[in-house]
Amino acid sequence: MDKLRTLAEAAALIESGVSIAIGGFTSQRHPTALIREIIRRGTRELIAYAHSSGSDLDLLIGAGSLRRVEAAYVADGVFAPIAPCWRRFIEAGRLEFEDYSNAAMMARFTAGAMGLPYLPTLSMLGSDLLEKEGIAAGQRAADPTLARHKALVQICPFTYRKLVLVPAVNPDFCLLHVQKASRSGLLRIDGQEFLDVQMALSSRTVIATCEELVDDDELRREPERNRIPPFAVHVVVPVPWGSHPHGVHNAYDYDPEHLALYNEAAETEAGFADYLARYVTGPADHAAYLEAIGGSARLEALRARPGWGYNPALARKGR
Amino acid sequence: MRYWGASSLMTTTFSTVEMMAVVAAREIRDREVVFAGTGLPILAAALAQQTHAPDCTIVFEAGGVAPKLRHLPMSVGDSRTLSGAAQAAGLFEIFTYVLQGGRVDVGFLGGAQVDRYGNLNTTALGPDYRRPATRLPGSGGAADIAALASRTVVIARHEKRRFPERVDYCTSPGWIRGGDSRARAGLPAGGPAAIVTTLGVIRYRDGSHEPYLASVHPGASIEKVRSETGFELDCDDAVETLPPSAVELEALRDSVDPERIFLR
Repeated sequence: MDKLRTLAEAAALIESGVSIAIGGFTSQRHPTALIREIIRRGTRELIAYAHSSGSDLDLLIGAGSLRRVEAAYVADGVFAPIAPCWRRFIEAGRLEFEDYSNAAMMARFTAGAMGLPYLPTLSMLGSDLLEKEGIAAGQRAADPTLARHKALVQICPFTYRKLVLVPAVNPDFCLLHVQKASRSGLLRIDGQEFLDVQMALSSRTVIATCEELVDDDELRREPERNRIPPFAVHVVVPVPWGSHPHGVHNAYDYDPEHLALYNEAAETEAGFADYLARYVTGPADHAAYLEAIGGSARLEALRARPGWGYNPALARKGR
Repeated sequence: MRYWGASSLMTTTFSTVEMMAVVAAREIRDREVVFAGTGLPILAAALAQQTHAPDCTIVFEAGGVAPKLRHLPMSVGDSRTLSGAAQAAGLFEIFTYVLQGGRVDVGFLGGAQVDRYGNLNTTALGPDYRRPATRLPGSGGAADIAALASRTVVIARHEKRRFPERVDYCTSPGWIRGGDSRARAGLPAGGPAAIVTTLGVIRYRDGSHEPYLASVHPGASIEKVRSETGFELDCDDAVETLPPSAVELEALRDSVDPERIFLR
């Protein structure tokens, strides 16, 4: 079955109001080109489930695409110690949110992937993550997209110690960016997997953008390196440089200049609007975006060196 | 190990960041498994690996296991966490098999607020969590490390507003309310061993888990520590922090962070 689609076709599948999970981790391997395309289409009211997001999720927040976020962390490492739109929107009461820890979100996606309604974890004990809720109990009862409880403490029936039960998530869509994929939906991730495997397998529809479209046979020569079964993947879109300004192991580094530029711009509403016009809604498509950020001269400076997975000579101090 | 005399110690100058990185690195023992977060913890772990703890194992929550760091990662997901690594795994393996499985000896944490019992806030400042005065990034893996590492080391800027009696939001539990409150919360093990600050090192008494000033960095003073601490701190046992050695500074500047990513 040919799962190949264009970026516009893939983004059009994601209608306003659905829930999404976005692959990657802080400044690495997000499907950022797909996210920009979703913003270009004006999609609204999305629910996002995340663990450690970066400016991928922050862009969606700033663009007003999201109704609710359930996450552990939104920041871009050294470039953005606090993601600017995340901070601005929550301080102004403009975003519904619920906080979890990374291990708790890992357990929630894993439960969803395993077909279980919840998983127990030892994380969040002793933390206000258990005591304080971003979303009021009344709203939880009324909104079918919310789990009935944020989390519950239960005494283990075997050991009598305290356990935390966290509810499964099963997002409508999982959006990934990977190094290689085939038309049949076989994916190859190089470097860390982050939580991409569990996120994909917990979701109803998986859309994967990839740096390189390759023959199925190439990926079948090393089946032990393929962690997501092709029947779980529904759409494949080749998008070279599709994670910029985030990095892709073995392909290219994160872009320190652009991440710093984003963080500075997004500090204010007006700055974010300018950024959006210049780099997201202004450029008609991904090719136009790549020109806007500096074209091949900029991109070549980011390209990973063989044997390293990144560019050891990259100037990383930012702006 | 190279020898260096007192004379070179006296002529050596170092920054607060260097002092903190060195003190934090000394908390790592050889052959331990270290769970490192972004920033100073990476500096500390990399420095330990290049000086007194060559066989320590560094793990990163995004999936990097046991790298031989060549270039400083700018975040825990950075490809640089895979230089010479034993494994490129993911969050599932790190949080289940490594952390929850009880295999982490020491975890490093930071926080916008650190309170009397070493509880940390990286979620929200102000009285109302839902409409905070300042929204912070969130837990990430911090609450998990605080709960499940065998011990934790906290690195923080020592300022009165950052060291309140109680954090506005307890993201990552320390000794909670002192005494056995941590065990009663369901955490029989772990807890903060040291708070490495810009001014000194705070540790905790056995049993009561009350904080005390263990050492003051060169150039700081007990008076300064008291005035920048928002809770009662026993300073009777404080000594001067052993300054960074020439070997430690050389490793830090020339091998760990020659690009000056974090060093100032």
